[in-house]
Amino acid sequence: MFAEHFAQALTPLNIVFALFGVAAGTIIGSIPGLTATMAVAVLVPLTFTLDPASALILLGAIYTGAIYGGAYSAILLNTPGTPSAIATTFDGYPMAKRGDGDLAVTISCLASVVGGLVGAAFLLTLSPPLSEVALAFGPVEYFWLAIFGLSLISALSAGALAKGLMGAALGLLLSCIGVAEISADVRLTFGSQTMIGGIEVVSALIGLYCIPVLIDLVATPDRHLKVETEARGFRLAEALRLVWREKVNLIRSSVIGTVVGILPGAGGSVAGLVSYSEARRTAKPGQEYGKGEPGGIMATESANNATVGGGFIPTLVLGIPGTPPDAVILGALLVQGIRTGPQLFEAQGSIVYTFIAGLFLATALMLPVGLLIGRYAYKTIVTLPKALLVPSVAFMTIIGSYAIRNSVSDVMIMIVLGTLGWVLSRAGIAASPIVLGIILGPIAEQGFVQAWTIGSATGDLWGMFFGRPISLGIIAFTLVSLFYPLMKGRFARWRMRHAD
Amino acid sequence: MHFTRRTILGGLAGLALAAAGAGSALAFPDKAVEYIIPFGPGGESDISARLQQPYFQEKFGQDLVISYKPGGGGAVGWSQLNSYAGDGYTVMGVNLPHIVIQPATKDVGYTTDGLTPIYWFHYTPDAIVVPADSQFKTLQDLIDYAKENPGKLTLSGSGKGTANHLASIRFDELAGIKSTYVAFKGTGAAVTALLGNQVMAEWGYTTVGAKQGDKVRMLAVAMDERHPLFPDVPTFQELGFDMVGGAYRGVAVPESTPEELREQWSDMIGEINADEKFQKQMIDGGFALIDVPYGEMDAFMMERKAQYLEAAKAAGIIK
Repeated sequence: MFAEHFAQALTPLNIVFALFGVAAGTIIGSIPGLTATMAVAVLVPLTFTLDPASALILLGAIYTGAIYGGAYSAILLNTPGTPSAIATTFDGYPMAKRGDGDLAVTISCLASVVGGLVGAAFLLTLSPPLSEVALAFGPVEYFWLAIFGLSLISALSAGALAKGLMGAALGLLLSCIGVAEISADVRLTFGSQTMIGGIEVVSALIGLYCIPVLIDLVATPDRHLKVETEARGFRLAEALRLVWREKVNLIRSSVIGTVVGILPGAGGSVAGLVSYSEARRTAKPGQEYGKGEPGGIMATESANNATVGGGFIPTLVLGIPGTPPDAVILGALLVQGIRTGPQLFEAQGSIVYTFIAGLFLATALMLPVGLLIGRYAYKTIVTLPKALLVPSVAFMTIIGSYAIRNSVSDVMIMIVLGTLGWVLSRAGIAASPIVLGIILGPIAEQGFVQAWTIGSATGDLWGMFFGRPISLGIIAFTLVSLFYPLMKGRFARWRMRHAD
Repeated sequence: MHFTRRTILGGLAGLALAAAGAGSALAFPDKAVEYIIPFGPGGESDISARLQQPYFQEKFGQDLVISYKPGGGGAVGWSQLNSYAGDGYTVMGVNLPHIVIQPATKDVGYTTDGLTPIYWFHYTPDAIVVPADSQFKTLQDLIDYAKENPGKLTLSGSGKGTANHLASIRFDELAGIKSTYVAFKGTGAAVTALLGNQVMAEWGYTTVGAKQGDKVRMLAVAMDERHPLFPDVPTFQELGFDMVGGAYRGVAVPESTPEELREQWSDMIGEINADEKFQKQMIDGGFALIDVPYGEMDAFMMERKAQYLEAAKAAGIIK
């Protein structure tokens, strides 16, 4: 039955839509500030006149492309194009610095395709049972998941835990500014109207990552990235060898990405961070995560593209959007007269299966499209003289932070945070723990308040926080990830002592 | 600001157009119109705007361009509405009870009376939703449980000081019960908590029933008459509780917008609301249509404000 729908998806027109969608999405996603959500929202009106299946294929393709596109600026400029590419900067930029940017871009493309295909495969085969995962995660699980994400700080700031914690605390504090999402309290605005809306995550992201890069570019005479004189093409064979070596990492990250994608409210940034943390924890000797290890890019990029398929699981099965772009697509479906939710698979199965087929198609098309655009992006950024690169990136940061909600104050916040980020980075406090705090703070807070309210109502606070199996699992992972670097260090010292 | 020859000429042209516009209403709109939604994409405000979009194009020959300005539960957008040009080419979605409750509880950069709503076109009626396999078959079952177990009945809902929250407060008072309201970020999250049995029931809307189909059961809806999509679900009034309401959505213009343009916008939204195909799409989505045109705005707002402020006071949200 699926073969039939696959054939239906493969009409020349739909292939053109998928191709256009992937290319448009990739380009939009590569610009910091233009997120996947926005790419989808902007193009929604284009789909009103299309038939539902083509509309869905186009939207799915844009979404897939945009998530992948975020990797370019992460690797080449040390600035995630979308929040889901945060962890791509950890190893992508160091690789680019040492002259392996082309390889990193190709690896990110391969990993994204694998992740996308795995996510889509889960969507096709296991949607109904997996949608139960979305429901098994209650407030307390989200709370612990956010804490788990925060524990990554200890891994990220090996050797400087105190500074990492300071950064995270600052991020948590920043996340409190404005009208609180669920309690409606106004906090830390100091009477300023511009702060009511709070710190926009994406503007913070652009500021904290991009501005320090720009300042350093201006302040040093070196070239931005190392230039290799001989042309090395896509370095596809080399990339494929590395991907094969990391197959376990790739599959594990894709599965993590799918599962996190299923959880409404978590999304690509959390998926990327969790799988990065796992990849780092299970690193083989000699792999130096955070210093240009290809496995780090693979973990993040496969995971964030797997969230696309994963996110559609609750969207299509339960009518609950798994990720923000899914919410937009859900709305577009409603305009088309399609009611998602439990009855969708039975009532309009053919549209669903054509769409899933389209998602496979778009993901597969990402390989040639992504490699080509990636090659072009790499060449442009490496060969662009600094005098052009700096102003164009600066221009993009302003456009990007403005575009999120058409607000000048977000641009101001971006610049202030960016400058602050540069000062802090001089003191050894990196951007990532701060961003982690900003993203995970609200998830932790909301989960905590909700769990506390429910636990008090039923008179079982202790059981609420420590008596649920999934929670206990996440707590265990958190403890391991927290103390692993410490234990590893102890172990290494112990071995050294005994080697004497 | 410098007055260049272009702006002066433009101004003159504008005056000429305005003069022409006074004679015939046909001059407006003659270019695309921006419709700002003060929330992120994908929510119910976005969806209903998206449903209006093609009809606007079809009836008035111009694009309705939807953009988003999320933040502060709508406050970021509303606090900026009056800074836009009142030329009719920028309008913004408005929501009740938000624009009454927010300025009453804190300084959010705008006041209820400072906004100029010109039409309320639909609402999502409040409804108590339970999972299909819930022990609560009727509203009375739920009330009985709450009476025997004060505070133990947990209900999810979207946000604090919102339609859901106020409904919960009002119902507790009318039914003489004490329940626990758990605020979530948006209706989607509140539904997830319900389906996952994290809470026993949800203060939601009829749209939840429309989306979730037979996975959920609505115990009562806060409408004057039963919703056409759910003929078997009683209204609160039928069951003896004086509750009609929900989250209302409308369109507002900057306060500098001249009277004629306000009237004209009101007529345009009214025309879309009168379209039978549009009505069917809205009802199928679980929405309920209402028509509060510009001419009836003051009376409607007075009545709503009084009711919301009373409920908010009872809940201790405002003093």
